[in-house]
Amino acid sequence: MQAPRDFWHFDKDISGCGVFGVIDRARRLIPGSEPIAAMCTMHDRGNGLGGGFAAYGIYPDRADWYAFHLMCDDRDALERAEGVIKQFHDIRHSEPIPTRKVASVKNPPVVWRYFVTPKSNRPAWATGDEADYMVGTVMHINTRVPGVFVFSSGKDMGAFKGVGFPEDIADFFRLDEYHAHMWTGHNRFPTNTPGWWGGAHPFTLLDWAIVHNGEISSYGINKRYLCQHGYECTLMTDTEVVAYLIDLLIRKHGLTKREASWVFAPPFWDEVDRMPEAEREAFKALRMVYGPALLNGPFAILVTDSNGMMGLNDRVKLRPLVVAEKGDRVFMSSEESSIREVCRDLDRVWAPKAGQPVIIDYLPQGGAA
Amino acid sequence: MHVKPISQHFNDFVIERERARCINCEVCVRQCSYEAHFWDEARQFVVHDSARCVGCHRCAAMCPTSCLTIRKKPSDFRDNSLWTSTYIKHIFKQADTGGVLLSGMGNPQPKPIYWDNMLLDASQVTNPSIDPLREPMELRTFLGAKPDAVDFIHTPEGPRLKQPLPPQLQLEYPIMFAAMSFGAINFNLHVAMARAATQLGICYNTGEGGLHPDLYQYGANTIVQVASGRFGVHKDYLNAGAAVEIKVGQGAKPGIGGHLPGEKIDEEVSRTRMVPQGSDAISPAPHHDIYSIEDLLQLIYAIKESTRYRVPVAVKIAAVHNAPAIASGIVRAGADIVVIDGFRGGTGAAPTMIRDNVGIPIELALASVDNRLRDEGIRNHASLVVAGGVRCSADVVKAIALGADAVYIGTAALVAVGCTLCGRCYTGKCPWGIATNAAQLKKRQNPDVAAQRMANLVRAWGHEIQEMLGGMGLNSIESLRGNRDKLRGVGLNEVELNVLGIKHAGL
Repeated sequence: MQAPRDFWHFDKDISGCGVFGVIDRARRLIPGSEPIAAMCTMHDRGNGLGGGFAAYGIYPDRADWYAFHLMCDDRDALERAEGVIKQFHDIRHSEPIPTRKVASVKNPPVVWRYFVTPKSNRPAWATGDEADYMVGTVMHINTRVPGVFVFSSGKDMGAFKGVGFPEDIADFFRLDEYHAHMWTGHNRFPTNTPGWWGGAHPFTLLDWAIVHNGEISSYGINKRYLCQHGYECTLMTDTEVVAYLIDLLIRKHGLTKREASWVFAPPFWDEVDRMPEAEREAFKALRMVYGPALLNGPFAILVTDSNGMMGLNDRVKLRPLVVAEKGDRVFMSSEESSIREVCRDLDRVWAPKAGQPVIIDYLPQGGAA
Repeated sequence: MHVKPISQHFNDFVIERERARCINCEVCVRQCSYEAHFWDEARQFVVHDSARCVGCHRCAAMCPTSCLTIRKKPSDFRDNSLWTSTYIKHIFKQADTGGVLLSGMGNPQPKPIYWDNMLLDASQVTNPSIDPLREPMELRTFLGAKPDAVDFIHTPEGPRLKQPLPPQLQLEYPIMFAAMSFGAINFNLHVAMARAATQLGICYNTGEGGLHPDLYQYGANTIVQVASGRFGVHKDYLNAGAAVEIKVGQGAKPGIGGHLPGEKIDEEVSRTRMVPQGSDAISPAPHHDIYSIEDLLQLIYAIKESTRYRVPVAVKIAAVHNAPAIASGIVRAGADIVVIDGFRGGTGAAPTMIRDNVGIPIELALASVDNRLRDEGIRNHASLVVAGGVRCSADVVKAIALGADAVYIGTAALVAVGCTLCGRCYTGKCPWGIATNAAQLKKRQNPDVAAQRMANLVRAWGHEIQEMLGGMGLNSIESLRGNRDKLRGVGLNEVELNVLGIKHAGL
């Protein structure tokens, strides 16, 4: 894809943050109150300019349909977006996302959700698979339809985010009324952009959701690399590149989560040089081919999808990340205190090493809990 | 009074000798290959003729009593912003001889130097800067074609490659020694470059002069060049290096060939180049088997065939107006590495008019070539190396941030061994023992000392690059490559900023 004109004028936002994630490997439901309480303890990691949550397993009755969450400047923008969605998809269900008025959440956008399936008689030019088609729709709306932003597009999952502290955003979206088998939460401390609802975390694409604490100093090349592969970065924040890179590396190029983590935080050359030959060649190739996708700079990220959660630090661990286990529950957080807040008695607590991914998958369905 | 041609009255430099300190040791006499210093038999002391001075400063550097100072000759012509002394002297010379003006080294004209109008970023607060003395800081660079995606077989022992990647050149620093032929510079410096490159884990380029049999042992760190004259090219030569470079053009003289004067062709040069001793070695302007891009493709694949696809093939062009389109064609013709040589690039000899007026700045060419290859989705298919006017490690960092994979340094490597850019390389009389094959001059370069100095230079730059990278919060060079967010322009207009693809400082 050709780079947009003046691609170098896109700004990225810099922010410090707090992240929290919890997964029940046996898919038992966790009430929204739990991640909300955890995020509350990390109140000081944000400054009220962004908070958000992602929840998996919240739409069991509509699990076969893609859930589009939209934020729109006004009703006209929503109208325009609906026109586009209708053009490419069958709308199975449509409703406003339930909210309540919260004093601290000022001027919220119009938020709406559509449950859709791609049209069976897709246009002849739509050659990719269904996922490509969905990504195409999201990209089209986000870049070409003014005043509208799709902030969630997966199946049986949803992102909820906005400008405010995470507890305020949770209150606004009534997240205490949801139950999910996996949650992530994010508290944001942006330092250079006015709060924008779309700029809050998590960032999502299909059923991928990313929450991120850190600054991606390699953003300038990551975004150009993504552009070559047809992803246009428009959200003015560095976390966006993680979502798109995950989609490119895992969905399109068929890497595993672990291999993708080696792209994001590769082992140092002196370690690679000591590997047995076949392994060394594989790691060299990853680095040579995906060097522009390396995420350089401090980060702790939680990547979730319908298979589970991955936590990852940068290759020199410049951001905190703590992991804890209790039975089938696994917690990942910027601070141990937030985990202890919701689960005092833990089986195991550890801080993963720099660049070492922690990959937690759901137990096979129907298997032992 | 002896009669001199008019041009020699207006010499560029004046030699000042502090008589009180001169001990008449005649070191200057022996050092000056232009015979500017000589022994006056009648008066029994050393005298000089400033008209012969080229401003190389060898005598001043070697004088044991430091009694010599070389200054620019102060006899200025009447101020005239159009008819500067440069043009007046050019005309005097040409009226004397009827010849083409010759120059050595790169374009010295006061044209924009974009390196100086770009500033780098550093981390403050939101991301920590990284200290390379305490943390790993990786500069390792691979040159060659990369596939768009890695094809793995997932085994219990971990991922394994389905098929090996195309051949790559592994460099421990993103810096290589540029093509300077054996002949243009002498054997001692070729030994030095080869040893320095081997020590550093980088490569040096043979240039068009072939490869001396004694240097085959450094093949793993050698790029062998194939240029329009095909001097010294044979099957063993092609297979001796770690990469082959097809030289189409040179930044100092785009569009024209080369001319190594017979004076520089001694027995060794003659043997290595496969040309008769003492006869001029003239490289044609074009390759006579490349009249279009499809011919280049054939040559690239002929070389790949004859090297059995073991080594990457580079194609070097001068930075000219249409460089992005040409580079795109080169990548599509199968080159693994594209080399762009800017208008500041050095040379042993070039017509002055061409050196000073043909080609474009490397910074602009690099930015547009990198954009073009990315827009076409073929940036991965070839590495991009730039040359021509890289003076310091900050220039290297800026080049990489604009999109280069690595840089070539030629002039800088020669300065490391004493070159003072007097620009008279084509005379074969280089008093520093660099651009000369004369036995008594070339012995001024000890290969061991020269290798050490060149290696020191690259190591020093390496440390500085690591510091700058760490300051930006990066710990590996590929995160800087093409990362133009790390650059800001100062004093540039909007067109220049748009071509470079960077924001102005303050934005």
